[in-house]
Amino acid sequence: MRFFRNSSNQTAGPAVPQKLTRRSSGMGEISRLLNSSSDSGDALCVLDLGSTSPHNIRFFTGKGHKNYSEDLLRSSLDPALRIQDGLGNWGVDSKTFMEENLVYENAQFDVVLCWNLPDYMEESLVKPTIDRLWSIMKPGGLLLAFFHTRDAGPDSICYRYHVTGTDVLEMQEVKFAPPGRPTSDMRSPRLQRVFNNRHIETLFRDFASIKFFLARDAIREVLVVR
Amino acid sequence: MNAPQTGEFAHIGKSVVIKGELSGSEDLYVDGSVEGNIELRNHSLTVGPNGKVKANVSAKAVMVQGTLDGSVNASDRVELRKSAVVTGDVTTQRIAIEEGAFLKGKVDIQKEGGKAGSASS
Repeated sequence: MRFFRNSSNQTAGPAVPQKLTRRSSGMGEISRLLNSSSDSGDALCVLDLGSTSPHNIRFFTGKGHKNYSEDLLRSSLDPALRIQDGLGNWGVDSKTFMEENLVYENAQFDVVLCWNLPDYMEESLVKPTIDRLWSIMKPGGLLLAFFHTRDAGPDSICYRYHVTGTDVLEMQEVKFAPPGRPTSDMRSPRLQRVFNNRHIETLFRDFASIKFFLARDAIREVLVVR
Repeated sequence: MNAPQTGEFAHIGKSVVIKGELSGSEDLYVDGSVEGNIELRNHSLTVGPNGKVKANVSAKAVMVQGTLDGSVNASDRVELRKSAVVTGDVTTQRIAIEEGAFLKGKVDIQKEGGKAGSASS
């Protein structure tokens, strides 16, 4: 299993982060909910599981909503979670991971922004994470996740997403320093797998409903109702 | 904000380790390790790039360049610089988060005089 794409680090000077945009039908629905709740004075509880985004925090709090940030992908790469089984194979200690992350009261969140987390997370963590999300979401709450429709291999770029209040998301490449490497050695996480529709339905089988949006950029958006 | 001039701040250097309650009526710069609670009321706390604070913090303004593990209650503003790693809930009127900062927790913007607070990057 590899967590990082090969990358060269030979550019001179700091690179300016480039923001691309994409249209998101799922985010459009969530934006309508956030805007209408804000207009009526109802503060929603929003959990953002992507990389810490000043833009998103500003947007949610500016609308009067409560914002929780938890960068689960980065947390899952903590070297302290690496364990070896009896056969010498390396894996992630999912029990410890779930004890240290997503620790909230039951039925707390109205909106969960999962982004592309399941595609980049170690496989043994995905199902426990989705199960935990089910328990901490309010009935009727919305969860948005993105899945690749085909394996783009090492060329697949892992993005973080910045909300704009519409159906347009700004995208920015995510880069981490691999465990044990200096922060100057930043690389983009590697796509771990591709889920098909059936896998996704199984993953969210405890939820009330699931809606798929197929985008032009080979991303399948999933909007799930708890 | 860089390391402050001596005399403007109480300064905890990077080789200093403190365990217990810290309270004061002047600004505080922590570049060492502090474990406990920090209460500065109308003054500011700066956690320097080498600073490791494991404490609940109550101050007027909090600026973090290092690591802070605990809840932050700042009556005025919170600033997280790009090297900041903060685990805990943040309650304040204004927050500025630099690109690259890490935050795990809730951000609660308190309203000021009936106006919604703001967060800026």
